[in-house]
Amino acid sequence: MFPTPVQKAPAWVRHAYTIILPIALIVWLLPLIGVAITSIRPSGDLAAGNYFGMPSRFAGFENYTAVFRDSPIGWYILNSFKVTIPTVIGAVGLACLSGFALAVYKFRANLIVFFLFVAGNFIPFQILMVPVRDMTLKAGLYDSISGLVLFHVAFQTGFCTLFMRNFIKSLPFALIESARVEGVSEWRIFRYIVLPLMRPAIAALSVLVFTFIWNDYFWATVLVQGQHAMPVTAGLYSLNGQWIAAWHLVSAGSIVAAMPPVLMFFLMQKHFIAGLTLGATKG
Amino acid sequence: MSSTVPATSSYWKRNQQRLAPWLFLAPGMIMFSIYVIIPIFESIWISFYDWDGLGAKTWIGMANYVELLDDEAFYTSLKNNILWLVLYLLAVPAGLAVALFLNQTVAGIRLYKSLFFFPFVISQVVVGLIFTWFYAPDFGLLSALIKAVSGENIAILADERYVTLGIIAAGLWPQIAYCMILYLTGLNNINPEQVEAARMDGAKGWSLLWNIVLPQLGPATFIAIVVTVIGALRSFDLVSIMTDGGPYGSSRVLSFYMYEQALSEYGYRMGYGAAIAVVLFMIMMVFITLFIVRMLMQERNA
Repeated sequence: MFPTPVQKAPAWVRHAYTIILPIALIVWLLPLIGVAITSIRPSGDLAAGNYFGMPSRFAGFENYTAVFRDSPIGWYILNSFKVTIPTVIGAVGLACLSGFALAVYKFRANLIVFFLFVAGNFIPFQILMVPVRDMTLKAGLYDSISGLVLFHVAFQTGFCTLFMRNFIKSLPFALIESARVEGVSEWRIFRYIVLPLMRPAIAALSVLVFTFIWNDYFWATVLVQGQHAMPVTAGLYSLNGQWIAAWHLVSAGSIVAAMPPVLMFFLMQKHFIAGLTLGATKG
Repeated sequence: MSSTVPATSSYWKRNQQRLAPWLFLAPGMIMFSIYVIIPIFESIWISFYDWDGLGAKTWIGMANYVELLDDEAFYTSLKNNILWLVLYLLAVPAGLAVALFLNQTVAGIRLYKSLFFFPFVISQVVVGLIFTWFYAPDFGLLSALIKAVSGENIAILADERYVTLGIIAAGLWPQIAYCMILYLTGLNNINPEQVEAARMDGAKGWSLLWNIVLPQLGPATFIAIVVTVIGALRSFDLVSIMTDGGPYGSSRVLSFYMYEQALSEYGYRMGYGAAIAVVLFMIMMVFITLFIVRMLMQERNA
């Protein structure tokens, strides 16, 4: 193991480590802690110049209530779910199919198609902005949830296919071979042999795509204009413009907007990290 | 399934192996082509036109690119993008350092690792707002610290000298967390025997890290560099949230400037915006090509 485990180090190093660890964490999360504390501060504190001290009283309840009551943030969050969940299902579903095709079959264009997906996934979004916006306008999908979902599904298919293809490659190919010898159709091989084995990859990818899409801001500003379809990232930014200097509200709103992916991460931590670090160990 | 229809069944049976991959690929490929592959070429095409997004397009050849050469805002954005690229890469060694610090087995270390990873899970909009607050003059935590140390009152986001550095620092926060998690996984998988054998030979500290551990972390380093380069060139959210490109456009990056030209109150110059996007795309292509060559070599070896 590297570095040397502290258990084997002299006593003072061990003690120093146990002291430094929480301090380092607090320093690392300082901006976040500051915002969390601000979100439970009464507005009077800010007016009185009490920015860093203990809040004079706990005003979390009224701040968070105010955020939900006086702003459409609840609606924005609902929109975010309406964009995120269909995208996860669509992108992961398409990637199961195309990842299977690229992992299992040998055909001449295989690598070319694969690298097209890989390359497409690295490009800067801005090169797509003008044509995609124009196309969405012409299709009558501008400023709608479905317009956003369709784009996200298509774009995420690139990353998801890369992921699925590598995952299926690591499965034992002999399973598929023997099924073919038995005369099982290709669709049934996919449906009843490979798909059940893909569960961990589907879970990992779903959590990752959920976070990516939830946190998307660029496309939410390019493809959506009005409140009715706006996800919480863009919504929070526009609210920030209205809550000038009302930092207790901005902070509470930020915490609310950050919550769903954070919960997702803590509940599905194992899958999340497995997804994110795919390829970090081998290859 | 189709065995009840002998005529088609025989054709299908003979060609199933050949047709199946394309049938499986079709839905994904169609979507990806419509929304990703074709628009790349459309953008390149549009960059040769003068177009407001509504009316007729006017062919103007290279005029958009010629105009770029004389556009001071373009050079500012380009310079900032290079700064982003260079400084953002600090996330790789910093992530390694944090990973080495946390790669222990004391009580509660799993929770520590998760909490250190926290910033990556949060949306960049929220990160931007958090740091705007952190930097705010008068009541921001960092400004208060700077004032306590140097006595100076610096408004980081309103100062042309510091604004881009301030935004990059905000971007490094989640990016270091990302690199950290890649390295933690990498460290988990290094060969303990090699490390122990090197220790027996008297290697320790830096030389052990450099000669034995780092080479085994190669794949993690590669992915960390890939995601960091992409992140740096895609930087848009933080600039838009924290400064909206200001003060006086000094914190613009190419992705933001492109958006501003094509879709904001500065006018709907789709052609000019597309030309900026094409430049950004060309820069990215250099890296994409490098990544793909490396992946291709791995495929050959596999």
